[in-house]
Amino acid sequence: MSLQNFKSVFPKTDIYYFAILAVVIVVIMPLSMDIFRLNLVGKYLTYAFVALGLVLCWGYGGILSLGQGVFFGLGGYCMAMFLKLEASDPESTKIQSTPGIPDFMDWNQITELPWFWEPFYNLPFALIAVLVVPTIFAYIVGVAMFKRRVGGVYFAIITQALASILTILIIGQQGYTGGVNGITDLRTLLGWDIRTDSAKYILYFVNAGLLFTCLVIAQVVRKSKLGRLLVAMRDQEDRVRFSGYDVSNFKIFIFCLGAAFAAIGGAMFTLQVGFMSPSFVGIVPSIEMVIFCAVGGRLSIFGAVYGTLLVNWAKTTFSESFPELWLFAMGALFIAVVMAFPNGLAGIYKTHAQPFIKKIPKLIKELAEPRAHVKSGAQ
Amino acid sequence: MIFQKSISRVFKLTAIAGLALGMNSTFAEVNTTGLAVTDDTVTVGILHSVTGTMAISETGSVQAEKLAIKQINEMGGVLGRQIEYIQEDGASDWPTFAEKSKKLLVNDKVAAVFGCWTSASRKAVLPVFEQYNGMLYYPTFYEGLEQSPNVIYTGQEATQQILAGIDWVAKEKDAKTFYLLGSDYIWPRTSNKIARKHIEKLGLKVVGEEYYPLGHTQFNSVINKIKLKKPDVIYAIVVGGSNVAFYKQLKAAGIDLTDDKYTLLTISVTEDEILGIGGENIEGAYAAMKYFQSLDNPNNKSFVEAFKEEYGEDIVIGDVTQAAYLGPWLWKAAVEKAGSFDIDKVRAASPGIELTTAPEGYVKVHENHHLWSKTRIGLAKRDGQYDVIYETEGLMEPDPFPKGYQ
Repeated sequence: MSLQNFKSVFPKTDIYYFAILAVVIVVIMPLSMDIFRLNLVGKYLTYAFVALGLVLCWGYGGILSLGQGVFFGLGGYCMAMFLKLEASDPESTKIQSTPGIPDFMDWNQITELPWFWEPFYNLPFALIAVLVVPTIFAYIVGVAMFKRRVGGVYFAIITQALASILTILIIGQQGYTGGVNGITDLRTLLGWDIRTDSAKYILYFVNAGLLFTCLVIAQVVRKSKLGRLLVAMRDQEDRVRFSGYDVSNFKIFIFCLGAAFAAIGGAMFTLQVGFMSPSFVGIVPSIEMVIFCAVGGRLSIFGAVYGTLLVNWAKTTFSESFPELWLFAMGALFIAVVMAFPNGLAGIYKTHAQPFIKKIPKLIKELAEPRAHVKSGAQ
Repeated sequence: MIFQKSISRVFKLTAIAGLALGMNSTFAEVNTTGLAVTDDTVTVGILHSVTGTMAISETGSVQAEKLAIKQINEMGGVLGRQIEYIQEDGASDWPTFAEKSKKLLVNDKVAAVFGCWTSASRKAVLPVFEQYNGMLYYPTFYEGLEQSPNVIYTGQEATQQILAGIDWVAKEKDAKTFYLLGSDYIWPRTSNKIARKHIEKLGLKVVGEEYYPLGHTQFNSVINKIKLKKPDVIYAIVVGGSNVAFYKQLKAAGIDLTDDKYTLLTISVTEDEILGIGGENIEGAYAAMKYFQSLDNPNNKSFVEAFKEEYGEDIVIGDVTQAAYLGPWLWKAAVEKAGSFDIDKVRAASPGIELTTAPEGYVKVHENHHLWSKTRIGLAKRDGQYDVIYETEGLMEPDPFPKGYQ
C-alpha cells in the first residue's frame, strides 16, 4: 500500500480513534480492573466482534441480520468441541460407561464418538473450522437469498428463523451437542489451563489483538471502493445494479465477512468463559447483538465496540445492584437511546463532542498567545 | 480500585494481627482462607433467576433461603455471627449464572452459595465452584450422574424419586404397562432411562417413550397414542409451561385422571406448577417426590406457618422450595460441626450431618453429598394441594451413579 493509499484508508482522525480505543482496551482496562472484571470485559469484547460485523452488514450494506448468533454460536461450538475432546480423555472420564467420550454423550447412551467430532481432535482443523464453517454457512444462506433478490424485512425474518432452527437442532440432538446445557467444563488448550488468572490475562490480550485486526479489516472495507458501493447499494440498490454491478455478490461478501467476525468472537467467548451453550445461538441473543450495534451507532466501527461495552457494563451493574428490577432499567436505556439518539453513541459524539473537540486546538492557541488575542480583540 | 484493595488488605492484616495479639483469636481460626467473615457477620450468596422464564420456579427457593437465614439469625446466627447475604440474578441465562457465581466467590468471598435450579445452570457454575473452591447448596430434584466435592445436593437425585414411585404403582395399582414421556433435555431423558430399566427389572413393560422440546404446547398426537395403547400408567416428566398445555389437553381429550381407569404418575409437578395448571385439570394425578405442603408433622406445620407469615397466606410451597430451605440449615450444622467457615473443613464435616427439624422430617447427608430422604406419593386435589397417601418406610439412599441403571 502506498503512502497515499494508506492516508486515504486511515485519515488522521481515524488514527486517533484507533489509538484512543487501543489505550482504553489495552492499557486503561487492564490497569484499573482486577482479573474478574477484566475477564468480564473480555467477554463483552467478544460480542463487539458481532457488533462490528453488523456495522458493515447493516450500517453500510443495509442488510439487517437478526441471526448473527448463529455464526457466533457455530464459531463457539467449533472451539468448544476441540476443548471438550481434550477435557474428555479416558483418564478423567473413567467413571462413565464409555470412557473417553464427552460426558453428555455418555448420559445419552452414545457409546462411540460421532464421525463429525473426530476431526476436532486436531487443533489446526478446529481453528480453521471456527472460521470456515460459519463462513460457508453464511455463503450458502447469502447465495440462496441475495441471488433471488430477497432483502430487507424478509431477509431479517429468514435469519431469525435460522437462529431458531439451529437452537432447536442443538437442543434436540443433545447426545451430539450437549443440548440445553451446552458444552461445559472446558479446561485446557493443548495442556494449557485456560481457567487460571494468567491464562485469562493472555486470552484478554489475544482477544484485543484479534478485535483490532478485525477493526482494521473493517476500516479497509469501509474506505475502499467496496465500502462506497455498499453505501450506494443501501441507498439506491437499483441504480447500482443498472450501473452494471452485480449487487448480490457484494452483499454475499459482506454478509460472509460479518459471519466470520462473529465466529471469531464466538471462539474467543468459549475460550474466555469456558463453555458454549445454545443460549447464544437463538433469537434473543441475536437481537441483543443488534442492540449493541444500534446503541453504539450503526455507522461507526468504533461505536460498535463502545456500544457493546456500555450495554454490557450497564447490564452487569444494574443486575448486581437491583436483581429484581434491572431488566426495566435496561429497557429504559434502550428506549432512551433510540428515541433521543437514533445514531447511537457515535451520533452523540458527532453532534455534541466533536465540534467542541475541534475547537480545542484553537482554544489552546488562544491561551498560548494571550497577547495576540487581546490585540486582535482590540481591533 | 487497586488502591482501595491494598487499603482493605492492610486493614485486614492489622485486624488479624490485632486479634492474634489480643485475647480473642477466634477470628483467624474460623476463617483461614480469607472468606467474607468478620467478628459478628458472615456473608453468603443467593444465586437464582429472579427474571426470565425460570423466575416463576426459582422465586420460591429464594424466599425459602431468605426465610431460613432470617430464622438462623434470630437464633443467634452461625458461630455467633449473623448471616448477611448478597443476592445475584442468574436471569434464566446459564452464562450469567457462571459470571455471577464467579463474582460471588472471587469478589465477594462468600462462605457459601445457595442457588441454581436447572441442571444447565448448575453445569455452568460447576467449574467455577471447583476452580475457586466454593460451596454450593443445590435444591432441585435432578438426574444424578454427578457428585462434586463443591456441591451439596439438597433435592433428590433421580433414583430416589423414581424407584419408590414405580414400585408403588406396580403394587397398589397393579400396573403392567407404562407410557413414558417428558420434555426433551437431560433430566427427563435420564429419569426415563432409569424408570425403563426399573420397569423392565420388575418384569413389566414400557409401551411408548416420547420427548417434546421445552415449551412445547401441542400434545394431541401423544395423547392419541396413549388412548390407542391404553397404558396402565402414564409416566410424565413434562416441565415448565408445557405442563399447562399437557394437562388441559389430556382432560379435553377425555382422559379424566379422577377416573380409576387412568393412572398418571409424575415426578415434575409440584404445588408450584399446579398454580399454573389449575387444580381442576390435574386432579387425580399422582406425584412421587419427597415433600408436599400438606405433610402432617410438627416441623412442617411451623415451617408452613412461618412461610405464610413472611410471604402471605396464598403462597404455596413445593418440593424444591422445601429443599432450598434446608440449604442454610445444613450449612449451619456443618460449619458448627467443623468449628470453622473454611470450605475444606465444612466439606469434611458435611457427610453425616443430620437435621431433625427439616419440614420433610429427618434428613441426613450421605458421603456422596446427597441427602437420605423418604419418598412420598401425593394425590393431586382440586384445590391445588396433594394428599400424601404413601411414604417409604425408611430413608431412600441417594445413588447418583446407579449400577445397573446406566
